[in-house]
Amino acid sequence: MFEISPAEWTAILLSLRVAVVATLVATPFGIALAWLLARHDFWGKSFLDAVVHLPLVLPPVVTGYLLLLTFGRKGLIGGFLADTLGIVFAFRWTGAALACGLMSFPLLVRPMRLSIEAIDRKLEQAAETLGAAPWKVFFTVTLPLALPGVLAGMVLGFAKAIGEFGATITFVSNIPGETQTISSAIYSLIQTPDGDAAAGRLVIVSIILALGALIAAEWFARRATARLHGN
Amino acid sequence: MLRVDIEKQLGEFTLAATFSSEGRVIGLFGASGAGKSSLVNMIAGLLRPDRGTIVIDGETVDDTAAGIHVPAWRRRIGYVFQDARLFPHLNVAQNLDYGRRMNGLPSDPAQHKRIIDLLDIGALQGRRPGKLSGGERQRVALGRALLSKPRLLLLDEPLGALDEGRKLEILPYLVRLRDEANVPMVYVSHDVAELRQLATQIVMLKEGRVTSFGGVKVLT
Repeated sequence: MFEISPAEWTAILLSLRVAVVATLVATPFGIALAWLLARHDFWGKSFLDAVVHLPLVLPPVVTGYLLLLTFGRKGLIGGFLADTLGIVFAFRWTGAALACGLMSFPLLVRPMRLSIEAIDRKLEQAAETLGAAPWKVFFTVTLPLALPGVLAGMVLGFAKAIGEFGATITFVSNIPGETQTISSAIYSLIQTPDGDAAAGRLVIVSIILALGALIAAEWFARRATARLHGN
Repeated sequence: MLRVDIEKQLGEFTLAATFSSEGRVIGLFGASGAGKSSLVNMIAGLLRPDRGTIVIDGETVDDTAAGIHVPAWRRRIGYVFQDARLFPHLNVAQNLDYGRRMNGLPSDPAQHKRIIDLLDIGALQGRRPGKLSGGERQRVALGRALLSKPRLLLLDEPLGALDEGRKLEILPYLVRLRDEANVPMVYVSHDVAELRQLATQIVMLKEGRVTSFGGVKVLT
């Protein structure tokens, strides 16, 4: 029963590729934003915080549509990128990665921010008195101590990205081999006569991936605590 | 060596301190809440005075009128905190080497060995801070500060978090430091006995003001 067909493999591998790229590209932005929100007070901070969380509460179809308007071929940014750099998002797997990265961003940033907030600022001050410039303090003290939280955020973001559906299908449609991820493949299969068995297999694969990611995130969080206590 | 003339408003509390010293160990004495830690944080550059000047070893590190504020990381000071503040993700050897790396100093095995012997921390090198006793942690913190080759060492109640037994364990090391390390120090304490043993000059602080200044005799 559990024979995964080539078409299903294509969807699984595409999902993995989309989620990996989305997570890796989002991570540096996530760390920068987490640090900004955890360590600085500035005008418009709550607004920025709200914007970051927007994809979590906005209907995914709205996010997808907004992506289409801005990053589509005729969109303000999409048109520019296509004409100058030749980067096209609309109806491509790269667009799926963009949609997934955006939708998973709030989940990716949150553990990063919490782990940076949990670091005793006094340690950063101690580093400063030892001659470390602010950027050195960040790379030698803040980031290493926040690393488990950073990894936890990446794992959670990855899990969310792999399951993303609404924004992706709105933005890049459901093209087998190009933009058909596990979620959109399941969606197609349950509308197809005799698609139940294949849909069931993909459902099991998604559950395994999601559970694995959550367990990994939990493990990283526990490592973070141990690290902060210097054991 | 050290010249301080500053004012700082901290909520309801006003700190206004003026003194100048060439002493080897300046004892900063006062009850808790007298403003000792804030004053030391200002010398370290972690806190900015509202008005005034701070001069370390001839270099003006703060001058509000001239808009000078040298950040902590460029002051070449060492700071030993009451709570050690060792980096929990680094072992003792890496903690000790941190200041040298950050300042881009060449390695100096002779100096390294001298300080490690002076503080008796050679056997701890591979351990993580979480596996050290309070006294050991404080000795490593002293070593870490000294190995960054500071021109002034600030010690903010370095024995404050230790019980009597541990205090007696560390005090001889501090005396040795004073006599052998050749780094001027500012030693903050509310303990008269400690200061009598260590300080060569006393700045007495009361409710944010310097009330007396002079030799160790002012403690009596």
